[in-house]
Amino acid sequence: MTTPAALRRNSAELAGALPPLLADAERLAAMILLGEHGRRHSGMGDEFWQYRVAVDGDEARQIDWRRSARSDVHFIKQKEWQAAQSVMLWVDGAASMQFSSAKDLVTKGERARVLAMAVAVLLVRGGERVGLTSSATPPRTGQGQLLRMVQELIDADTSADFGKPDTHGMRPNTRAVFVSDFMGDFEGVKAALTQAADRGVKGALLQVLDPQEEAFPFDGRTIFESMAGSLRHETLKAGDLRDRYLQRLAERKAALADLAHVTGWQYSCHHTNDAPRVALTWLYHALERRH
Amino acid sequence: MFSIGPLGFTAPWLLLGLVALPILWILLRAVPPAPIKRRFPGVALLLGLTDDEVHADKTPWWLMLLRMLALAAVIIGFAGPILNPKDETMGNGPLLIVADGTWADARDWAMRQDRISGLLEEASRAGRVVSVAVLTDLPAGEMQFLSADVWQTRLAGLTPNAWQPTREDVAEWADQFGADGFDTYWLSDGLAREGREILIEAFESKGVLTVMQTPRAVIGLLPALIKDGALQIAAVRSDPVGDAVLTIAAIGPDPAGIERELARVDLAFSAGEAQAEVALSLPPEMRNRVSRFAVQGINSAGAVTLTDDGLRRREVALIAPHDESEGLQLLSPLHYLNQALEPSADLIKAGLEDVLPANPDVIVLADVAKLTVGQTAGLIEWVEAGGLLVRFAGSRMAASDLSRTVEDALMPVRLRAGGRTVGGAMSWGQPKALQPFPDRSPFFGLDIPADVTVTSQVVAQPDPKLADRVIAALADGTPLVTRKEMGQGQVVLFHVTANAQWSSLPLSGLFVQMLERLAITSHQGTLNDEDLVGTTWAPLRLLDGFGQLADAGAMAGVAGEELTAGVVSADMPPGVYENESRRVAMNAVGVETTLMAAKWPANINVEGLSISRETLLKGAFLTAALVLLILDILASLWLSGRLTGPRSTGVAALLALALMMPEGAQAQSDDFAIDATAEVVLAHVITGDARVDEVAQAGLMGLSDVLYQRTTIEPANPIAINLERDELAFFPFLYWPIVASQPLPSPEAYAKLNRYLRGGGMIMFDTRDGDVAGFGTGTTAEGRKLQQLALGLDIPPLEPIPEDHVLTRSFYLLQDFPGRHVGRPVWVEAAPADAERAEGMPFRNLNDGVTPVIIGGNDWAAAWAVESGGTYMFRVGRGYTGERQREIAFRFGVNLLMHVLTGNYKSDQVHVPALLDRLGQ
Repeated sequence: MTTPAALRRNSAELAGALPPLLADAERLAAMILLGEHGRRHSGMGDEFWQYRVAVDGDEARQIDWRRSARSDVHFIKQKEWQAAQSVMLWVDGAASMQFSSAKDLVTKGERARVLAMAVAVLLVRGGERVGLTSSATPPRTGQGQLLRMVQELIDADTSADFGKPDTHGMRPNTRAVFVSDFMGDFEGVKAALTQAADRGVKGALLQVLDPQEEAFPFDGRTIFESMAGSLRHETLKAGDLRDRYLQRLAERKAALADLAHVTGWQYSCHHTNDAPRVALTWLYHALERRH
Repeated sequence: MFSIGPLGFTAPWLLLGLVALPILWILLRAVPPAPIKRRFPGVALLLGLTDDEVHADKTPWWLMLLRMLALAAVIIGFAGPILNPKDETMGNGPLLIVADGTWADARDWAMRQDRISGLLEEASRAGRVVSVAVLTDLPAGEMQFLSADVWQTRLAGLTPNAWQPTREDVAEWADQFGADGFDTYWLSDGLAREGREILIEAFESKGVLTVMQTPRAVIGLLPALIKDGALQIAAVRSDPVGDAVLTIAAIGPDPAGIERELARVDLAFSAGEAQAEVALSLPPEMRNRVSRFAVQGINSAGAVTLTDDGLRRREVALIAPHDESEGLQLLSPLHYLNQALEPSADLIKAGLEDVLPANPDVIVLADVAKLTVGQTAGLIEWVEAGGLLVRFAGSRMAASDLSRTVEDALMPVRLRAGGRTVGGAMSWGQPKALQPFPDRSPFFGLDIPADVTVTSQVVAQPDPKLADRVIAALADGTPLVTRKEMGQGQVVLFHVTANAQWSSLPLSGLFVQMLERLAITSHQGTLNDEDLVGTTWAPLRLLDGFGQLADAGAMAGVAGEELTAGVVSADMPPGVYENESRRVAMNAVGVETTLMAAKWPANINVEGLSISRETLLKGAFLTAALVLLILDILASLWLSGRLTGPRSTGVAALLALALMMPEGAQAQSDDFAIDATAEVVLAHVITGDARVDEVAQAGLMGLSDVLYQRTTIEPANPIAINLERDELAFFPFLYWPIVASQPLPSPEAYAKLNRYLRGGGMIMFDTRDGDVAGFGTGTTAEGRKLQQLALGLDIPPLEPIPEDHVLTRSFYLLQDFPGRHVGRPVWVEAAPADAERAEGMPFRNLNDGVTPVIIGGNDWAAAWAVESGGTYMFRVGRGYTGERQREIAFRFGVNLLMHVLTGNYKSDQVHVPALLDRLGQ
């Protein structure tokens, strides 16, 4: 199911309905990279900027002969200097993301990857550069980068029970998206977000949860095990734990939202039984928002 | 064997295992139910949470009880429980099993057979040889002692008989017992009877006698009588204890001749009474039809009583000539007949025209000489349908020319003119007495009183047939009564008057007896010797022991004297016996029967019949254990949350499966409707012949393709229709190939088809025999089948397709309608007779109505049929001509579907001139 081609196709399908994502151009000045965001300067780019009279030193091949033929002087066609933004993605690949409570529900990891790749597709279509925080390669644009990202997402290490945001590939003044269930150690998330804020990175936290994790429909004597088996908890009456579990879950969500607020990030929660489009739309708006 | 009450155990030591149950209880209570392991990422949030309560880990007491019960059932089951264990053992040596086998046994014969079977089983286990005898059907010769298994196979053949064993038979049988001793089991019917003491003595002299009889009272239904104009129904019982109510049904043919219950009445025994009576008042018309009374719910010949002429009152119409003179009553021609018939028949006195429609049993014409042509025809018809016409002579008949030269249809003989008078004042001879009746006469055996004399009579002409027709004659041989068979009825002529003018016969008792022998009157109450002497009675229908009536078959007749004895036997089983047109019923229970319970000597062991047999309960206990364990599984699942929680989809699916079944069927029917209506679909009727159905399907497929290519009709794949099951209303057109072997549709299917035709559907019948037969000749099997099929259909008058029919121009211009065969006419609904040719047009003004049927035999489907690859299934004709023929066949198909879907749109062209005219103005 999660072959690279299938994953890419799924994300392309999901991205197909949305307009190209024009990322916030706030950071464009600092980013000297080509993109579709005009810098109001002549320079390298695809869009026409102005004609200017050719002067000595201009190469003959730069002359726009069609314009020059209408007058006595030679003109050179200048294009707008365009810059692209980098968006770094982190998708939790840990064992807890492999969970799915029913056969007809996708795993949380699957949903997270599809959403992340959908955002990546949108960004690439908008001319932005995307990359993974866990990757050694810098963010790039183009279909090749998408394929590379997909490959890396699929090859991600799933041995750990819970994931921790990876920030080592994150560059200053970029934007970032973290997709995870955020069930693991909260301190790791906190550290990563603080670090990101320090580097001027803003972005979005998307928590992906299974409906069963929201409902806790258990009863009777039960031993709960984490996906990789490192954690276990035994109870004689699972039903009695429901209220307290739900309370803890709500606390965790509140903590995430608070953290995001403090660091200038956006936070949202998505369930695997909901339509992914909703989450993607939210991500789209979150990345578009100016700060 | 260890036993508790009626329960015994083969392995009682195993029951000690029950002691272990309380220990197990304590052990199981101590162990909590096994936990479920669940993978759950949210466990990180659970860490550190503790349970509020700790007692829920124990298994609930009711689940424990369930398990204990299951375990106890297993232990008891393997301990080998037996209900009603038998400790006593039989003796050894030969064994005789005797059943009375009378009608009184029939009510619970199955129980007796069961008991005999049980005895045989025991004897088989003990290795005894057995003989089985039924007293009403005693074996000739010595008893056969055979292995019990042999008798097991013969057991089903033992049936009770409708009569009782006689003392003589029983005594004779008892004399034939061999020297060897044997034990005896006697299954008694519970009735006291002569000859029983002989058998008791004989059996006891041979060995141990054990008697088995049911304590249930035996009930017998006495023959019904008429008392004070009502039916008197009485029953007797052998055991006058307590109240009892019987329901008695009067059974007989209804006016349509079908046997059914005509009336029913409750008969109540009061405590201590052995006999009970009830009166049942029925209209004479219905009473005459009652053929038997039966006690409801008792299958026994004794609970059925047959009725005979004794309950019938015949309808006799008396017709006398119109008499102007005011005669004395004693001289009235009908006076003596009235006297003789009044007690036992319903008399009708009216004109002949009024009498005939009432269809009486007998019409008596006293000295009627003149009948109109209409009366004669009516009488002949009535006699031939089974009526009995009795005519008496008289002065008018003697003076008339009736049957003088040519035998009248309604007279048995020709008559001489004038008659004769003997023994009068002016004659020499003495009044004549009667000759004894000949033995083929219905009067044979009747005593002739000496004082019966005849002074005047009409005289028959000598004729070749005369001798056969005389049933009573005077001493000098002249006929007195003659008779002629006519159809199913007969005409009887008394050559004397019905009053005492010509003879003293009407004054004598003989006259009444003769009328009775002629079945003009019926006997009342019991038969007496005089009525029956010299007659032979053939059995008509007989009762078996269970009270079922059956045709007597070729059984020999019974002499009348035996009937009077009234004792049924193997030679004369109960039933209805017939002589001439008189009927007598012999019943298993006679009028004077009383039923007495049998009394046995004190030293004889009398057992009930319903001795409980050994029942092994091991299976039942183990099944109960299994059921309990399954309940335990469900309860455990429920307790642990597997039945209701997540991942319980398997159980839920099983439960849901049962609920979903009917919805699936509904969905199927919806699918059919959607398939049939989403697009235009051609349909054919499933004939049951797989090859024909396949060709029809392929043919419609080919036609659909052509329609798709050439026209705006774009049909989906054709559908096969089951007339009985599928809704027809979705289809504009049905193709119905006729197969000789196909079944006729059910009435419901016909109703559906007619609704379809009326609602604008079209059916195309294709007999597929255009190569061998013209349509309508009915010479082929398919043609005949079509006629049968079409009988139930609402089909209008037909005609061969006329030249100007809209089918000839609805898309292509056509005049031929070939399929695989060419040239036979194709029939459609006939045009109205008043259709006129439209002015300036080559066709008539035929506007409304699409033909509901098209009938032909050109096997169109075969011409249209394509294989899945697109090639044609069948060759049509030869070479290019053949292909041309196929093309025309397709064109006909296109025209046909255009006609079906657009109706008579093309016929509207006739209006074009009128429309142009109007536009021009």
